[in-house]
Amino acid sequence: MYESIILILDATLRVAAPLILAALAGLFSERSGIVNIALEGKILASAFAAAATASITGSVTLGLLAAMATSVLLAMLHGFACITHRGDQIVSGVAINMLAAGLTVTLGRYWFGLGGQTPPLSQGERFTSITLPGADAIADVPVIGLLYSELISGHNILVYLSLLIVPVCWWIIFKTRFGLRLRAAGENPHAVDTAGISVAWLRYRALICAGILTGIAGAYLSTAHSAGFVPNMSAGKGYIALAALIFGKWKPVPVLWGCLLFGFLDAMAIRLQGAELPFIGEIPVQAIEILPYVLTVLLLAGFIGRAVGPKSIGVPYVKSR
Amino acid sequence: MNDSKIPAWVNIIVLPLINILFAFAFSAIIFIAVDVNPIEAAQTMISGALGYQEGIGYTFYYATNFIFTGLAVAVAFSAGLFNIGGEGQAYIGGLGVGLVCLGLDHTLPFWAILPITMFASMAFGALWAFIPAYLQAYRGSHIVITTIMFNFIASSLMVYLMVNVLNQEGQMAPVSRVFESSAVLPGFHEIVGWFGFSFSESPMNLSFLIALVCCVLVWLLLWRTRWGYAIRAMGASPSAAEYGGINRKRLIIIVMLISGALSGLLSLNEVQGYGQQLKLGFVAGYGFTGIAVCLIGRNHPFGIILASVLFGILYQGGAELSFDFPNIDREMIQVVQALVVLFSGALSLMLVRPTERLFVYLDAKKQSKNQLAAEA
Amino acid sequence: MSQPHNQQNIALELCGIDKKFGAVHANCNINLKVPAGTIHGIIGENGAGKSTLMNIIYGFYIADSGDIKISGKVRKLTSSKEAIRYGIGMVHQHFMLVDNFSVLENVILGAENGALLKPSLKKARTELERLAKEYRLDVPLDALIEDLPVGLQQRVEILKALYRGAKILILDEPTGVLTPQETDHLFKIFDALRDKGVTILLITHKLREILAATNNVSVMRQGEMVAHRITAETNKEELAELMVGRKVRLKVEKSVAAPENELLSTSKVTYTDEMGVDRLKDVSISIKSGEIVGIAGVSGNGQSELMSVLAGLIKPNSGQVNIGQTCIDSMHPSSAAQMRELGVGHIPEDRLVMGLIKSFNAEESAILGYQNSPTYNGKLLNKPKVINQECARLMEEWDVRPRDPKLRSSLFSGGNQQKLIIGREVDKNPDVLLIGQPTRGVDIGAIELIHKRIIELRDQGKGILLVSVELDEIMALSDRIIVMFDGHIVGEVSAEQANEKILGMMMANIMPDELLSTTQQTTSGEQI
Repeated sequence: MYESIILILDATLRVAAPLILAALAGLFSERSGIVNIALEGKILASAFAAAATASITGSVTLGLLAAMATSVLLAMLHGFACITHRGDQIVSGVAINMLAAGLTVTLGRYWFGLGGQTPPLSQGERFTSITLPGADAIADVPVIGLLYSELISGHNILVYLSLLIVPVCWWIIFKTRFGLRLRAAGENPHAVDTAGISVAWLRYRALICAGILTGIAGAYLSTAHSAGFVPNMSAGKGYIALAALIFGKWKPVPVLWGCLLFGFLDAMAIRLQGAELPFIGEIPVQAIEILPYVLTVLLLAGFIGRAVGPKSIGVPYVKSR
Repeated sequence: MNDSKIPAWVNIIVLPLINILFAFAFSAIIFIAVDVNPIEAAQTMISGALGYQEGIGYTFYYATNFIFTGLAVAVAFSAGLFNIGGEGQAYIGGLGVGLVCLGLDHTLPFWAILPITMFASMAFGALWAFIPAYLQAYRGSHIVITTIMFNFIASSLMVYLMVNVLNQEGQMAPVSRVFESSAVLPGFHEIVGWFGFSFSESPMNLSFLIALVCCVLVWLLLWRTRWGYAIRAMGASPSAAEYGGINRKRLIIIVMLISGALSGLLSLNEVQGYGQQLKLGFVAGYGFTGIAVCLIGRNHPFGIILASVLFGILYQGGAELSFDFPNIDREMIQVVQALVVLFSGALSLMLVRPTERLFVYLDAKKQSKNQLAAEA
Repeated sequence: MSQPHNQQNIALELCGIDKKFGAVHANCNINLKVPAGTIHGIIGENGAGKSTLMNIIYGFYIADSGDIKISGKVRKLTSSKEAIRYGIGMVHQHFMLVDNFSVLENVILGAENGALLKPSLKKARTELERLAKEYRLDVPLDALIEDLPVGLQQRVEILKALYRGAKILILDEPTGVLTPQETDHLFKIFDALRDKGVTILLITHKLREILAATNNVSVMRQGEMVAHRITAETNKEELAELMVGRKVRLKVEKSVAAPENELLSTSKVTYTDEMGVDRLKDVSISIKSGEIVGIAGVSGNGQSELMSVLAGLIKPNSGQVNIGQTCIDSMHPSSAAQMRELGVGHIPEDRLVMGLIKSFNAEESAILGYQNSPTYNGKLLNKPKVINQECARLMEEWDVRPRDPKLRSSLFSGGNQQKLIIGREVDKNPDVLLIGQPTRGVDIGAIELIHKRIIELRDQGKGILLVSVELDEIMALSDRIIVMFDGHIVGEVSAEQANEKILGMMMANIMPDELLSTTQQTTSGEQI
């Protein structure tokens, strides 16, 4: 029993890592006033960029950089449409998601001829698990041994990074000048403008931050979690991250809990597949799968608490006449 | 913006065309990037989509889907609502159609089943739109987010039903049994056959005609009824609509029910016409394409028909492309589609000013020419 | 035009400032000198161009031409950042505060020291504590803005400007949202600031404030600076006259009203908006058939809300509205559609926001509010021919040009749009007509026609409620004039008694001496 719990938590962390990164990306963007349903597309595009680059150059670090660059590029496209040209943020997001889905497969086929997949990555071209010091030594110690060697040790660097980024993110958002201005831009851009700060440039910078984080999330999927890119491998993770962002009420630490919860549900769903539970019987996997979405809908509707987003979200900033 | 000088047709025809041209120009760049000559590709696509009867049939089979989802997005858009949930509404609509067909195909003749499946597709689709609509109107939650979430919920629900409930006994594949032919929509080739014409066999079926009827009905609704007036008023100016005594909350629900019903009708084509059984994933992104169709079609049923045929050509032509060009497949079409959404939607404001300036410039030039001519 | 003051240090000088928004000439060759360490009032009616001018000084808008000199040097103010750098601070009419930030966070926004917040907050805290003591600007520094009353929010705005080292402080209609007590405190703060050498520009349309708080005053009218005065040497009457200007008197031929039965009345209607501000306080009025009741008042004193309540657009929190046998109160609210059925027509104050739909054809805008009427509808479909003909008829009757029912509403001029809206409402033959700003932005020719028609309607026995910022218009048309201030009714004067001076004082919530005795007699029966 204890072992299963540890294993489920272990799986939770692995599933939650890209969600955390993507949700925090959404947090930067939405806190500055830009709705970001393009997370999905950015994850997908950067997953492809990471795997393709790692496969061609043999360097996983270059893969990560390429992933971040790709994602930032898409974020800039989003910004160009919604900030500079005051386009609809949702339409722009939909376009980016479609673009990523189509372009990754098209370019993948052209470059690798594997029907859109990248060649499987070797160990050196991936982020591999890190065994923390002493993990093997105390693996057999009861309780703590398993906890340390399975749950805490043995993840790849990006998992640790995603957990580390949460406090960093919190610190940037709430403890720095940039964070203060960013939050102000999402709440009342007029206040920012009259204080002599450019709202557009601020929002662009927020999108760059978002791009970098989704880039890491994408790289995680194709070069850490799996060994290579397969078409549509983001599989709705961007939307789950968006749900977690709303679920965490646009605050870093609650967002982390939201991602862990959704990751946990995912891990449970796999674990419970076909398993008979006492009294309840078999729980359909799908019932657990939809929980993130159902919970988010209920929250948005105010049935469980209230999620109020940044006030000026989704509205292109126009200097009032 | 000095719009008084710009003739209306510039906004209605020229600007959308320029936007599409931009999208195609960027698509061409991507074609070149994957070593495909865009002109050859375009030729292949056009001949593949329109060059022979079966191709034409496929083109219009795809267009049928786009008309339904395009109309669904357009009706909601007219009221200022962004229904991004066409995908899920069509999926659940298909469930309705499938249940009716599976339940009644042994007992009723086609002409009795058709009205029931039509009703079921609309009712199921509308139901799936009702909850987000209610939550938007009465609980203030954002319809875009809720409809996205409902797409995923619909998807999981269908997986569950197909795997556990509706699959055939003793079979692992998540598909229902094939409907009896009494339930299946007649193909276009059969319909023209009744009138003594012949047409190659293709998936194009009766639902294309139903889609055209829906276009007329939606046009009538939006432009020839008081409800359409209310819908457009709310979309154009919520404050004026309120002044005009229009009940916002009730209208949100009504509009979303109509929108969901239109999405649901897509399943007539996919389930009752093409697939002839219930299976997974038959909506295949058509709901999202509806957004592109609606944007190019400028929210107008006639524009939506044109845009749907355009996308039909892209889909069918795209399928043909992959035979001739090993470097591309249908995913390329999604890129084209994405660029169309980008330029016709998100960047639609970008080219407004330059186009207007161009016209003012051309106008001035023409006038000075006329003046010169008059002086001479 | 020379300004009446001696050669002192000039803190701010404007030379030939000009600004157009499209066809609107918001500021026309403005010249102004403001001596350092004085409180300078800028007074003018709504739309006179005061806010535009101040936003130019604050670098938020850029003037089309003209120079701004600060302490004698010409400065190019291309952004608020520049203006802040040259020591200009501004308190906007709508506060530029982030509601869910603390006071401290709002103050440092854009004026942080370094990339980290902690040192900035620490420095701001000591500095603000000092400022608070010096200028009597006490604010709880860690409270969230959304938890503070508006008076305190305004102090935060002032602190924001001072924290940035503002030497010239612009306040745009600062007292609009304040209680009299808060206003008095604000003026004390002004004095303290002035004593420390801060120059204050006070934008207002309230005469009392100008006289109570300023050293000098400049008057704006229709985008122009029309006069400069030393406050001590002028008086309410003169300023009121300068503000309104000696326009061509609008002569409207009309006979004495013959009011008959009561059509609509309100009793003790109150309305509190979602921000918790009381917009209407115990408003009781009555409209009889065959009379025009004018509502005068500086805009934002409850007139719009009163119209909205009567039009069914907002629901009163308490009190009643009676129309014939129908009683509307908070338990039995009415909708806009129901009010129309009860025979209340409504010509809204803002025709572009409510009166018509810009993207609709004229014929579509011409049925707004009546889109469900059987005249325009069959069982299922509407009747385009009827809609078209009816619009054409309206256009003919009301001389709407061009006479093209298919033309987009936004392409008509303001006057023609207004005639179409008035025509639409009058055509349905309502018993009571609510008319808001009938001639705002309307050309002279159309004004005459509209005024003539309003009188005709009265003579046909309609009850008319007229809200207008144009005092001339109110005086020319109304049979009775009710003056509102801060959501309540100050008093009522008959058409014969009314003049600009009396109304102007009442609009500032002062009961003129000559009225006190008579009004009390006449209004005692009216239960005001």
